[in-house]
Amino acid sequence: MSLKSNLHTIKEKYKGTKMAPAFNALHTFLYLPNETTHNGTHIKAADDLKRTMNTVIMAMVPCLIFGMFNAGYQHHLALGVIDSAQGFLGASFWTWDNLVIGMWKVLPLVVVSYGVGLAIEFLFAVIKGHEVEEGYLVTGMLVPLIVPIDLPLWMLAVAVAFGVVIGKEVFGGTGMNILNPALTIRAFLFFAYPTWMSGDKVWVHGAVERDQAIAAGQNLDAISGETILGSYAQGQEIVYSYADMFFGIIPGSIGETSKLLIILGGLFLIFTKIGSWRIILSTLVGALSMGLIFNGVVDAGWITSSSKFFGLMSVPFWQHLIIGSILFGAVFMATDPVTAAQTNKGKWIYGFLIGFISIMIRVFNPAYPEGVFLAILLMNVFAPTIDHYVVQGNVKKRMKRIKVKTA
Amino acid sequence: MGLLSKKDAKLITDPLADNNPITIQVLGICSALAITAELKASLVMGIAVLFVLGIGNVVISLMRNIIPSKIRIIVQLIVVASLVIIVDQVLKAYAYELSKTLSVFVGLIITNCIIMGRFEAFALGNGPWKAFLDGIGNALGYALILLVVGFFRELLGSGTLFGIPVLGDPIEKTGLYSIGYENNGFMLMPPMALIIVGLIIWVQRSRNTTLIED
Repeated sequence: MSLKSNLHTIKEKYKGTKMAPAFNALHTFLYLPNETTHNGTHIKAADDLKRTMNTVIMAMVPCLIFGMFNAGYQHHLALGVIDSAQGFLGASFWTWDNLVIGMWKVLPLVVVSYGVGLAIEFLFAVIKGHEVEEGYLVTGMLVPLIVPIDLPLWMLAVAVAFGVVIGKEVFGGTGMNILNPALTIRAFLFFAYPTWMSGDKVWVHGAVERDQAIAAGQNLDAISGETILGSYAQGQEIVYSYADMFFGIIPGSIGETSKLLIILGGLFLIFTKIGSWRIILSTLVGALSMGLIFNGVVDAGWITSSSKFFGLMSVPFWQHLIIGSILFGAVFMATDPVTAAQTNKGKWIYGFLIGFISIMIRVFNPAYPEGVFLAILLMNVFAPTIDHYVVQGNVKKRMKRIKVKTA
Repeated sequence: MGLLSKKDAKLITDPLADNNPITIQVLGICSALAITAELKASLVMGIAVLFVLGIGNVVISLMRNIIPSKIRIIVQLIVVASLVIIVDQVLKAYAYELSKTLSVFVGLIITNCIIMGRFEAFALGNGPWKAFLDGIGNALGYALILLVVGFFRELLGSGTLFGIPVLGDPIEKTGLYSIGYENNGFMLMPPMALIIVGLIIWVQRSRNTTLIED
């Protein structure tokens, strides 16, 4: 008997029992179900929730693979084993050694993220007696992409458990959540374990260990893996070229460094009509406008170079898009259809404010070098309100039209 | 219970569980968020509220027939304020260190909604003995939640209980810390108290489904 029919028999056996949802989920995840709907009106469509989720995951896989190479590359570069790659296709970047280190560090994060998250989803499905929802498929992939490489696995497990339960299940599960679960997880990590989520040590694998070795009295050079935003905030010189920033050969969270691959993923999402181009575009416009305002303030001379905000405010406005994770947030986080605004006009407002606030936090709050996740979470909360006013505005407009006609 | 009639005993036991001032009446949340980062502060706050609410309820109950209803809120405030000042002075005299961290919140007991809520809802309509029991019961229910929240926040946030390290030393890396455990800084922030209170409400209502509204 094939695996499929085996699974089908098991499923039939457990039908009606408490564990049924768990087996159903396993079966339908791997295969097309044997049963089809016969009665009533139904739509036959390929783009169900699972397909949608898988498309997003496909869009993220390049970022993940690049993240592995980059993790290994940053590690080796910091140790001084290899030379700088001098560009995207540099010989010392796409090497087997880099990939092995990257896989060694990144894959456990992916496994823990999916393991803990799906276990909780299955648990809730069994307790509540509904089918397992696919909501965690994308979250589970997003989470490893937005954390630093050296994050201890147990912290990730705690954060995932928190994010899935508090961020999603208490609201009623997939499709009902107000906050983006992946960002809830990141926010939890950020506030719970700040030493592992920010600073100049966590972005390059090995820097923390090296620090501990130095503290223990060994005679070694410290490794610094400051992100570009961190360097700006502290007024240090930026050693990375624009090309490095764009292609992503810089320290940062695992999957958010390569702007090129994020743009490709974003185009793929727009092409498959899964990501909303309105949100992506308006987020970028919002970020650029805030950047322009800051540039204007600097140009007008309203702020002196002695101010601690001067460094980040004087960053050319377009450069805000290739440093930090605003692009990743815009493409993969803000577009989450559950937590974003639903109306077209609402999407423009929602996206614009995300970009606007992200850059504002980035510049003004040195404690949070990157404000994208906070901005998106904040706008997640406001999305239903935005939608409400857009819908009410529409109702009012139409009411007026009726009145004009009857008058 | 021989000392109390069944009805009187209920006045004390009800607020501990099925009519808890924090988790069911959702009163006094503000102080529950503010001071529960440490168990010691939670305990002192609980005792302070026990004192203020127990005596305050009796005083208001004794005066219930002579307070003009138009100015009853002002009278209630004066009673609470005097009692709170006593608590504050006692703390300053006998627990100065603690009073420095707590004094703002002790002052804010005046505005603690549980106290005004019990004055309004119970003491104004019942005799002193019942009012006393009701005050004690509600204050105990409040203190109970404070201690539970404080327990989790202090244990997970600082790794201590009543200031005594129980998980090892985070700097010397002993105990749990030697295997990579770290304190959860989020636990020390007020949002986490809100989430813990929410979890308590969740557990309580799933165990007793009659508490779920609509």
